[in-house]
Amino acid sequence: MSNTYFVGLSFQSLLFLLEGAGRTLLLGFCAGFFGTLLGLTIGWLRFQSRIAAAVLAPYVDICRSVPLLIQIILVNALLGVFGVYWNAFTTGLLVLALYAGAYFSEVFRAGLHSVPIATIRAGRALGLNGLQNLAHVVMPIATRVAFPGWVNIFLGTLKDTSLVAVIGYVELLHATQILITQTQQALIVLLGSGAVYFIMCAVISSLSRRFEIGIPK
Amino acid sequence: MITIQDVKKSYGAAVVLNSVNLTVDKGEVVSIIGPSGSGKSTLLQCINGLEAIQGGTINVDGTSVHARGTNLNRLRQKIGIVFQQFNAFPHLTALQNAALAPRRVLKLSKKESHDRARVQLEHVGLGDKLDFYPQQLSGGQQQRLAIARALTMSPSYMLFDEVTSALDPELVKEVLDTMRMLAREGMTIVAVTHEMSFARDVSTRVAFFDRGMVLEVGEPRKIFSKPAHARTQEFISRL
Repeated sequence: MSNTYFVGLSFQSLLFLLEGAGRTLLLGFCAGFFGTLLGLTIGWLRFQSRIAAAVLAPYVDICRSVPLLIQIILVNALLGVFGVYWNAFTTGLLVLALYAGAYFSEVFRAGLHSVPIATIRAGRALGLNGLQNLAHVVMPIATRVAFPGWVNIFLGTLKDTSLVAVIGYVELLHATQILITQTQQALIVLLGSGAVYFIMCAVISSLSRRFEIGIPK
Repeated sequence: MITIQDVKKSYGAAVVLNSVNLTVDKGEVVSIIGPSGSGKSTLLQCINGLEAIQGGTINVDGTSVHARGTNLNRLRQKIGIVFQQFNAFPHLTALQNAALAPRRVLKLSKKESHDRARVQLEHVGLGDKLDFYPQQLSGGQQQRLAIARALTMSPSYMLFDEVTSALDPELVKEVLDTMRMLAREGMTIVAVTHEMSFARDVSTRVAFFDRGMVLEVGEPRKIFSKPAHARTQEFISRL
């Protein structure tokens, strides 16, 4: 086969993959960060008030029931309809943060429900006001319970960034596809790309495990 | 002084407190005894405003607990309470548990709050457990931690809500001994209890509580040997 149209694998290819991995991490961490803030807020609101729980239930349900791919395409199209032209990163971040926020809110809500009423009352009985009790007693206990679930969702979000490729964001998966087209070496490129995903997630989960061991139950 | 006047409380149709009257003077140790489910624990939680009431008044040193505008966070600083269920904060060591309120509520420095916590933990005999987490402590030690945690706020009153009921029998004594020690030191105590030895030997007065009201109050000797009410008599005789 002549190599007029295709290029061979090289060190450049690896750099190209790693650049994609960098974008995956960037989008994943940003979405994880904003999603966590959103999830904490919504989880707490829904824990605190029955009205908030009812009002926010459709948001959580929709985000969890509509496939992420469809959400990305729809939001991208709708933004266009309203004359908003964001780049793929910003649009992807918006959708992913909302999506992850819905899942995060549920693990935080479960964490809050795990705090015994007696413990909450003990804090208030000492004279802590509601906010102090939330910050120093309720949240620390709730987040420890929620943490393993949070890691799960965070790793999921990191991998879900691959779906943002459909609106043109060149993250790890998109970079992989480009590389396959260029080199026609699908097997080896996919193996390499899979290995990069694995390493990213393995590092994060081992860090989280170490963190989890460090905190008292 | 704690003054409880004609206090009523109900959950929907279920009446929990049905006109409760009781006063506790400074330096008194009042034990509240009576059948389970008679509303004793609820009454204690009304005294520091953890539970709302539907009628009557509770005054603590002249402050009406349930009046609009009462600063409950401030009021609670002088009313320590220990519950039946162990509720040490599981994410904090014994020292941090006891230092939390002085640090956050009284805004003391870290060092001052730790000093204060250490003094009280040593006082209840946990001086060698400062850096232990609650799950590393026995039930009796956790209850003593809860007592020390309340004492760090230098309360004028201590409320005990069946603090030995969830304990293994061999751990009851160390907690009762701690309560006796506080009583000897002159702390004003209101204790809901099933420990009749405590009620009989330590209390200045005993209140018999039944079906949402205080049926009779008096010196322990009188309540245990010559109760005025038939129901008190029945309760005492079944012990």
